[in-house]
Amino acid sequence: MVVPFFDVDNDPGSNFTSLLRKVGLDPFAVSSFGDSQQVLAPHATTVLAVRYSDGVIMAGDRRATMGNRIANREMEKVVPADRHSGVAISGTAGVAMDMIKIFQLQLEHFEKLDGRPISLEGKANQLSQLVRANLAGAMQGLGVIPIFAGYDLLRNTGRLWDFDITGGRYEEREFVATGSGGGPASTVLKVGFRPNMSGDDAVDLACRALLEAADVDSATGGPDVLRSIYPVVATISVDGWERRDDADLARRFEALVLEQRQRQDGVSS
Amino acid sequence: MNQPFYVAPEQLMKDRADYARKGIARGRALVAVQYVDGILLVSENTSNTLRKISEIYDRIGFAGVGKYNEFDQLRRFGVRNADVRGYQYSRDDVEARSLANEYAQILGQTFTHDVKPYEVEILLVEVGADQNSDQLFHIMYDGTLMDERGLSVLGGDAEAIGGRLRETWLPGDVLDVAVRKCVAALAGPDRTLQADGLEVAILSRSIERRCFKRFDDQEIDAFLS
Repeated sequence: MVVPFFDVDNDPGSNFTSLLRKVGLDPFAVSSFGDSQQVLAPHATTVLAVRYSDGVIMAGDRRATMGNRIANREMEKVVPADRHSGVAISGTAGVAMDMIKIFQLQLEHFEKLDGRPISLEGKANQLSQLVRANLAGAMQGLGVIPIFAGYDLLRNTGRLWDFDITGGRYEEREFVATGSGGGPASTVLKVGFRPNMSGDDAVDLACRALLEAADVDSATGGPDVLRSIYPVVATISVDGWERRDDADLARRFEALVLEQRQRQDGVSS
Repeated sequence: MNQPFYVAPEQLMKDRADYARKGIARGRALVAVQYVDGILLVSENTSNTLRKISEIYDRIGFAGVGKYNEFDQLRRFGVRNADVRGYQYSRDDVEARSLANEYAQILGQTFTHDVKPYEVEILLVEVGADQNSDQLFHIMYDGTLMDERGLSVLGGDAEAIGGRLRETWLPGDVLDVAVRKCVAALAGPDRTLQADGLEVAILSRSIERRCFKRFDDQEIDAFLS
């Protein structure tokens, strides 16, 4: 596809999705399969975000499932959207991956064309429009529910949002979890959340939430010691996105598992 | 019925070229040179917001001189083209050469067919894995495309500036030395340029993914002092 040289009255502006539509590449075009058809495709599961003293933490397990099968063991559902924000997805993996790609490109595209980045709230708004654009797909079972979080450089604080399938956008003050294991993960976050937690405490809390989600939800993957696959956990502060390395996460999960084992020993003795 | 006057094609082209050149010569010049870690772009520009140098893609930069609205339109075309290509294929499939060809086509087409030619000269640079694979494409108002080595000068007074720069410039220069040489060449023997009248940016091999970086006035001051 060739990008034309747009006339003033036909110009798509700084919006990448509009540009894609202009050149005939509408990413959310869905052909209808009829009412009762549902497509079986890989699904991504538990992701979460929680605020801490210097910003926000985002985390997600690595499993993708298709029905009762494990489709992928090392999917990355939590990725940087740009330097100071991240996006996490649950729902149909293929659609979600494309949505992330378009979202990342949209932020970069705007920044290059306009010479400055979009505000954090503007980014959340952009993502909600992408979710909304996928509504037709969602009606056929190809829904995507993201979480968006980042460090707001204008307000000097971490902020986070969750979304519904129609593109509804809700800013949360403390934490958010979504996906099939979102319920148990939310409960752990709710019980463990303290305002102005340190980064270390918040990472521990996120790990605990994922561990408990994996314990009750078969679609959520726990830490995979056998293959050394650990969840994605990243902090976003004024210094930008930083992913925690696997060695650090391995230590934390080891401590959590040890704690649970001691608790079990206490019950049985 | 009125017969239009006959104008020889040579004359027509010459008139158009003169018109475009006059427009370009009114603006301030711009230089691009290789330095040890990438490509440096320096321009005289008193505006802090209307930029002559900007980012197109991960390893590709754009610079234009002449009429701002015209080269900015070309810049936007470049960003769109690169982003759509990267989305449709992969980030590795976006390269300066094909975009430079597109620019040459647009400028050439406009020069011969439209009422008014573009009054711009543009430069498209791509930083490679090493100095040998760096690319500088200089595209003229009439679509002439030049693949330049090492350094490139655009805009009014280009010959004098290029002459001064060739006497001092070395491809192995470190960044601050290269900046000082470029600024001296732009200024000439009788003037000194201050940070607030300059626009300086690099495409650096040592920056991951998006290699483009623009320097603010303080950083430019630090280079010059």
